[in-house]
Amino acid sequence: MSEIAKSEKAIDMIGVNKWYGSLQVLKGINLNVARGEHIVLCGPSGSGKSTLIRCINHLEEIQEGTIFVNGTQLSQSGANADHIRRDVGMVFQQFNLFPHLTVLENCMLAQRRVRKVSVAEAREKAMRHLERVHIAEQALKYPAQLSGGQQQRVAIARALCMDPKIMLFDEPTSALDPEMVKEVLDTMISLADDGITMICVTHEMGFARAVAHRVIFMDRGEIIESAEPAAFFGNPSHERTRAFLSQILDH
Amino acid sequence: MNYTFDFSPVLAAWPTLLEGVIGTLRMSSLSMVFGLSLGIVFMLMRLSNQKVLRIIAIGYIELIRNTPILVQVFFVFFGMPAIGIRLSGEQAAILAMTLNCAAYAAEIVRGGVQSIRPGQIEAGRALGMHTADIYRFIVFRPAIRAVYPALCSQFILMMLNSSLVSSVSAEELTYFAQTLDSQTFRSFEIYLTLGVIYLVLSQFFSAALSMIGRVYFSYPAK
Repeated sequence: MSEIAKSEKAIDMIGVNKWYGSLQVLKGINLNVARGEHIVLCGPSGSGKSTLIRCINHLEEIQEGTIFVNGTQLSQSGANADHIRRDVGMVFQQFNLFPHLTVLENCMLAQRRVRKVSVAEAREKAMRHLERVHIAEQALKYPAQLSGGQQQRVAIARALCMDPKIMLFDEPTSALDPEMVKEVLDTMISLADDGITMICVTHEMGFARAVAHRVIFMDRGEIIESAEPAAFFGNPSHERTRAFLSQILDH
Repeated sequence: MNYTFDFSPVLAAWPTLLEGVIGTLRMSSLSMVFGLSLGIVFMLMRLSNQKVLRIIAIGYIELIRNTPILVQVFFVFFGMPAIGIRLSGEQAAILAMTLNCAAYAAEIVRGGVQSIRPGQIEAGRALGMHTADIYRFIVFRPAIRAVYPALCSQFILMMLNSSLVSSVSAEELTYFAQTLDSQTFRSFEIYLTLGVIYLVLSQFFSAALSMIGRVYFSYPAK
């Protein structure tokens, strides 16, 4: 595990509250993420963990509280969301590759339209990141021709092409067949080794042990517990954390 | 029955009929392209979060889809000169068919856009893309693919409906057939031939559109 530069905050969430109608899905979230820190977010379904990370790049609006990303405050209206998103990559549970574009084109589109780089430069960078996730030989195929694990690795490469300082992973292995989980986790581990800031919603506790600086447990919209992996797994302080861990680690 | 069938006047008039076929192809193709383009504008208005734009789009679509196309053609050709817009038969025909096609295309394409999973749009957003770029580069092609068969039927229907614009003397197939009929009185032979020509044209359009579809939507589906 690399040492974290504690001085700089990548993400700072202060008193964040969010409702869907009358249902409060985030309750007083305070979360500080240092540059280079790797956070694993876990909790039962419906606990608000996906919603939390989707607030960071304004895919979800918050009703109360403040979110800073790399020192820039995310405005409530989302007016500066595009600016924030340039520094924040996201990987989704369902991959969300663009079906009508090849793997290479998937990785080039946003570079061309957002970064406004030349075709040659976009292609060069796309190929570099596709090689990094070990899928360069599939560059000219379409997403539907790839396995789930391959698609997710392309999705990671696509996000990396934008040079994000922060990567958000929203249950990246939950939609995969078991035999494909490892290849995606390995890719994420190598990414973590490079020192990028990561927040990962996952139930892959082996991954959490391997790369997380902190594991955070959420339940019913609240952060219940936040601790280093050794303490989190070895000696959880809350009853709800223990109950959750016993459910997912039992077998 | 003592009617003697005689197709020779029809066959002799083939250059006129060919001119009609070309007129029909020209007007239908232009109306398809303009109609689809305008339809996409109305579709975007219809899905906009600006209430005024939504109301205008819904009003327009309902107006067009609930009035006869012949009335629309007459309105453009005979009605609009009253407000200073004087169009030739062909111009009026293309305008009326474009306006008509746009309303139907808007609704068909809207179905396609709404079939796109929200995750696609979110992926674009997360990459920092603007809404316009997301629609243009991410949503558009899969959306059109999803409704392409319906869109093609609408186009073919419009090509067949173009026979109505003969009534404002737009020089297309039916117009020339009517002229020929008034000269030769070979109505049976003329309109039978006309029907066959429209049938062939439909097949032609159908094949051409599906070829375009095969090229444009060649990517494998999920």
